[in-house]
Amino acid sequence: MSNATEAEYEVAHGRPKAFYENFERKDELQHQTHYCPGCGHGIVHKMLAQAIDELGIQNRTILISPVGCSVFAYYYFDVGNVQGAHGRAPAVATAVKRSQPQSIVIGYQGDGDLAAIGSAEILHAANRGENITVIFVNNAIYSMTGGQVAPTTLLGQRSTTTPNGRSAANEGYPLHVSELLATLEAPVYIERVGLGDNRQVAQAQHAVRRAVENQVRGLGFSLVEVLSPCPTIWKMSPVEAQHWVREVMEKTFPLGAFRDRTKDAPAKAAPPAAPALEDISRILGVADEGAVEEIDAEAKGAVDLQVRVAGFGGQGVLLLGEVLAEAGLHAGLQVSWLPSYGPEMRSGTSNCHVRLAREPIDSPLVVHPDVLVAMNEPSLHKFCASVPPGGWILYNGETVPAECERKDLHILARPFTHVADELGDGRAGNMVILGALLEATPILPQASVDAALGQLVKNPRWLALDERALARGRELLRESLQGVCHDG
Amino acid sequence: MRRQLMKGNEAIVKSAILSGCRGFYGYPITPASEITEAAAQYLPQVGGVFLQAESEVAAINMLYGAAAAGVRVMTASSGPGISLMQEGISYMAGAELPCVIADITRGGPGLGNIAAEQGDYHQVVKGGGHGNYRTLVLAPHSVQEMADLTALAFDLADRYRNPVVVLADGFIGQMMEPVEFPQTATEPRLPKWAVAGTEESRGNLISSIYLEPDKLEAHVRQLEAKYYIAQQREARAEEWRTEGAEVVLVGYGIVARILKAVAAEALAEGLKVGVLRPVTLYPFPTLQFQKLAERVRVFVVVEMSNGQMLEDVRLALNGARPVEFLSRVGGNVPSHGEVLELVRKLARQTLPARQPEEECVGHV
Repeated sequence: MSNATEAEYEVAHGRPKAFYENFERKDELQHQTHYCPGCGHGIVHKMLAQAIDELGIQNRTILISPVGCSVFAYYYFDVGNVQGAHGRAPAVATAVKRSQPQSIVIGYQGDGDLAAIGSAEILHAANRGENITVIFVNNAIYSMTGGQVAPTTLLGQRSTTTPNGRSAANEGYPLHVSELLATLEAPVYIERVGLGDNRQVAQAQHAVRRAVENQVRGLGFSLVEVLSPCPTIWKMSPVEAQHWVREVMEKTFPLGAFRDRTKDAPAKAAPPAAPALEDISRILGVADEGAVEEIDAEAKGAVDLQVRVAGFGGQGVLLLGEVLAEAGLHAGLQVSWLPSYGPEMRSGTSNCHVRLAREPIDSPLVVHPDVLVAMNEPSLHKFCASVPPGGWILYNGETVPAECERKDLHILARPFTHVADELGDGRAGNMVILGALLEATPILPQASVDAALGQLVKNPRWLALDERALARGRELLRESLQGVCHDG
Repeated sequence: MRRQLMKGNEAIVKSAILSGCRGFYGYPITPASEITEAAAQYLPQVGGVFLQAESEVAAINMLYGAAAAGVRVMTASSGPGISLMQEGISYMAGAELPCVIADITRGGPGLGNIAAEQGDYHQVVKGGGHGNYRTLVLAPHSVQEMADLTALAFDLADRYRNPVVVLADGFIGQMMEPVEFPQTATEPRLPKWAVAGTEESRGNLISSIYLEPDKLEAHVRQLEAKYYIAQQREARAEEWRTEGAEVVLVGYGIVARILKAVAAEALAEGLKVGVLRPVTLYPFPTLQFQKLAERVRVFVVVEMSNGQMLEDVRLALNGARPVEFLSRVGGNVPSHGEVLELVRKLARQTLPARQPEEECVGHV
C-alpha cells in the first residue's frame, strides 16, 4: 500500500494502544492471536483494550490471565501481566489490588476456570467487594482441553464428557454465575452480555467499559459475563456459532444487569498511610524504650529450677507458670514456659512446664520437676512419682492420698483455692500456691515477682488481690517449715 | 537489648514485620492460629494487609498475587493446610516469586491430631507440589530462632526468588522463651521484576508457563542452578558438644532440645555424646555430616515422624557410618529416658571406630 493510498483513508477502528504492536511473547506468528476464527475472546480482548485506552489507565493496569484458552492473554495486552493458577485469578487479583491500591486489576476468566474450579475464589472475592474488575467469558464448554462439560454447559448439550448430552440427573443444571453473585450484598455491578449480534456486541462494549470505570472510581466489585461463541468446539461455522449464542444460549442465560449500583455506590476509602519506619518497633511493642529493667544478672551460684504446674482449665495454671517465667526473666535468668497442648487440652485439664536457669536451657520439657504444683487430685496422681527426692509437691487439697505420700520429698497440702476464697476470690488460688512456691525455692527477688505480676495482671483490683494471695502463700509455706503443719 | 517473654508464634509475626513483611493471607488451623491472629492485630497498624482467606488454596494464591505485586508476604498453617497450598507453592517456585510460609506441624496423616509431630518433613522439604522445584526450609528450635530464622527466610526468599518455609513443630510455636528483636525495621523495597501497576513495571510478566519444551527445560535448569548455589552457600547446622563425640544425636525442632538435655546427662556420665542439629533442612547440611563421619562412630536420628529426615541423613552419610533411628509419632514426644537408654546402649558397644565396610544397622 502506497503512502498516497493511505492518506485517502481515515482509521475508524484501529488497534487499541493497550495491545502490543507485535506479539513478541508468542513463539511464532507474532502478527496474529492464537485464538480460532470466530472465537469471542478476540472481540472481548478488544473491548477491554479500548476501555483501557479510553480511561487512560494503561500504565496502572494489571491483567490476571487465567488457565483456559485465554491463558495467553498476556501475549496481547501491553499492561502489567500476571498469569495465575486455574480458577485462582480472583484470589491473585485480590492481593495484587490490595498490595498496589493505585493499580487497576482486571481478572479475565473462562467458565471452567471461574464457575467450576474457581467457584470459591470468585464467590468470596465478590462477597468481600474487592475493588477489582472481572471479565467472565462464558462459552458453555471447556475449550482449551478439547470440549469437556462445564458448569455452564446447556442441558442436552454434547461434550466429550457428556457424549449423550448434559443431563440434569447426572451433571446438574447450568450454573447461573451472574444471578448467583447478585444475591451478595457487596458487588456494585454485575451484568450478562452476549456476542450474538452487532447490537449485543455494542452493549457488551459498554458493559466492559463500565466495569473497568467502576474500579477507576473506586466503587468496588464489578463483573461482566459475556456469552461467547466457540465455533471450533461447538463444531459450527463462526456465523452459526454467533447465531447459537443469541438463539440458544441466551434462553438459558438471559442478558441483563443483575446488579447496578454504579450511580449511588460510594468510593471506597483509601487505606491509611503507613507509619514511619522508626515507629514500627514501638508499634510491635518490642522497642527498647519502655522496657522493664532487668535486675543485673550477677551470678549468685547455679540455678536450675524445673517446675511442672498441672490442674483443670480455669484454675490459672498457665498464668501461674507465666508469672514465674516472667519473674525469672526480670531477674536476669534464662527461662522457658511450655504449655501442655494436645490430648490433655480437650479433656479440660491443663499443665505447663517452666524452667529457670543461669545457663542456657536445653530442653523446655520438664521431665523430673523440682517442684510439682498439683492444682487437683488427678494431676497429683499423674505426676507425683516424677518428682525426684528432695523436691517439692505443692498440692491444692487437704491431705495427700496415700499412694502419693512420699517421705523423700517435701509436701505442702493446703486447700489453696479455699484460702484464696477467704482473701476475696477463689480464682486467686494459683497465686497463693505461687507464693508458696517462691518461698520454697528462694531464688527470685520480690521485686522481680512484683514486676512480672504488674506486667501480666492489668486490672488493679486483681493485682491487689494477687499480691495478697502471694503473701499468704509465702506465709503458709513458712508456717509449714516451722513444723506447725504437716510437712513431708 | 530488650529480652521479652513471647510465644514462638508471636515472635514469627513481629520478626516478619520488622523484616518488611507487609502482607499476610492465611486460614486458621491449630497449632498455627496465633500467627494469623497476631498478623491480624499488627499488619494493619504498619500499613500492611491482613486477610483471612476462604481457604488455604485461596491464601497461597493471594501470596502469589502480593508477591507478584512486589510485596514481602507470608502465611502460616499446619500440615493439612500446607497440603492444600502445595499447588500454589509449585506455581510460586515456577514463577520465581518470593514468600515465607510458616508450617507449625501437627499430627497426621489426614486430620490426625493437633499435637506436635514432624510428619510434614517430606511434603515440605521434598516439595509436595508438582514439578522440578525446591523450597528452602529453615527449622527453628527456640523462640529466638523463630524470630531470627523468619528474618533470614525473607532475605533468602528475595535472594533466590523462591518460597521459603519456616518448619516448626507445635511446641516451638506454643512455648514462650525470651526473645530479642532488632530495633531497626527493614524498609520494604519494590523488586524491579514486580508488576506494580506503574509505567516502569508495565512490561513485566509473572508466569510459570513455558510452552516450548526447550524453554521449559532451560527454565528448570536455571532453577536447578539457583538451588545449587543455595546448597553451596546456605546450608546450616549446629554442632553441640561434638568435640570428641563417638555417638552423635541428630534431630531438629523440639527434638533437638531434648537431644541436648540427653547429651548433657550422657556427658555427665562420661559417655562421648554430641548433637548435630540441621538448621536448614533444604539445603541439607550434607557437608557437616560428612565431616563428622570422619571421627564419629554412630549417628542416632531422632524424629517425631516415621523416619523422614532419616533418609536425608543416610544420603548425606552414604553408608560411611551406621545410622540408628528412634521414632515417636502421633503427637508423642521422644522421652528423655528412652533416648538416654539408647545412647547408653550404643556408647557401651565396643564397636571399633572407622570401619568402612560396616553395614548400616539403622532400622525403621
